[in-house]
Amino acid sequence: MRFYPLLLAMLFLVSPVQAEVTEVYDFDTLAEEQRYRNLIAELRCPKCQNQNIADSNAPISKDMREVVYRMMQDGSSNDEIVGSLVDRFGEFVQYKPPVDKRTILLWAFPGIAVVGGFLIVAGVVMRSRKQDTKEPALSPEEKARVKAMLADKDQPSKR
Amino acid sequence: MKRLLLFLPLVISVGIGVFLFSGLGKDPSKLESALIGKPVPEFALQDLHDPEHILDNSVFKGQVSLLNVWAEWCPACWDEHGYLMHLARDKGIPIIGLNYKDQRETAFGFLGRLGDPYQAIIFDPRGSLGFDLGVYGAPETYVIDAEGMVLYRHVGVVNERVWQEILQPVFNQAKGNS
Repeated sequence: MRFYPLLLAMLFLVSPVQAEVTEVYDFDTLAEEQRYRNLIAELRCPKCQNQNIADSNAPISKDMREVVYRMMQDGSSNDEIVGSLVDRFGEFVQYKPPVDKRTILLWAFPGIAVVGGFLIVAGVVMRSRKQDTKEPALSPEEKARVKAMLADKDQPSKR
Repeated sequence: MKRLLLFLPLVISVGIGVFLFSGLGKDPSKLESALIGKPVPEFALQDLHDPEHILDNSVFKGQVSLLNVWAEWCPACWDEHGYLMHLARDKGIPIIGLNYKDQRETAFGFLGRLGDPYQAIIFDPRGSLGFDLGVYGAPETYVIDAEGMVLYRHVGVVNERVWQEILQPVFNQAKGNS
């Protein structure tokens, strides 16, 4: 029990384990380096199914990192860099697919699910409320009968 | 109406079942090529056999051919090579080789042991054409039409079954058109 605070503290001390890749690129500014890191984290390695090219040691990921770096040095924008890789390897390399006609359902689905779920819950609640109010209150005779029954029950049976 | 509504969960679960079932047996490592219907990317690279001779996109012009990406270091390339020899020698299929991230000497060692089925071999030690083609692992085999357009891409070993069921229909159709 008294270890709980300690365990809790340890939980927050755990940092994500990361695979380090071998090559090191130099950047003029921290912002550029951050941009490079974001880009390689968003691009998916075509060989290894579900790793981004930042984490992957596959030769193809190394080539892709090199191209990302080179294109950045040439002054290409993020869209140009991602576009040139998509032209070669297909949409698969993007973890964030662009919003267009084919992917709109994919993007909209979380919203649709939340709104749909809300509507269903609202419907259920409203319906049960309606039923509550529809239930007719007891008529005066019935009330009298209930009273009589309860009173009867309170007294021990005379039989 | 209310009764029909009771069937909704059944309908939904059957729908999900059909959708998921259709995904079974698909190989997730097979990606569609982004290049299908587009020309082979521009290149100018040395001939493996003759460093003085520069090969470019014109090697694909005038005939329907296969472009086979291979390397000495790639184990599956050793497996498929016998079948490529058969295609080239017995069926007369023109095959252009792309020697991918390899060294000349090791590549010659490979060809010396297994034979050379290629009409021409593009030497791509840095993998630059391979990168432009979107090669993410050897072997890969492309069907290229007489205009130098990519018609089909097969990732993995070419064998009797792959040739007859997948590549040959594409190849013959392209031949019929040209």
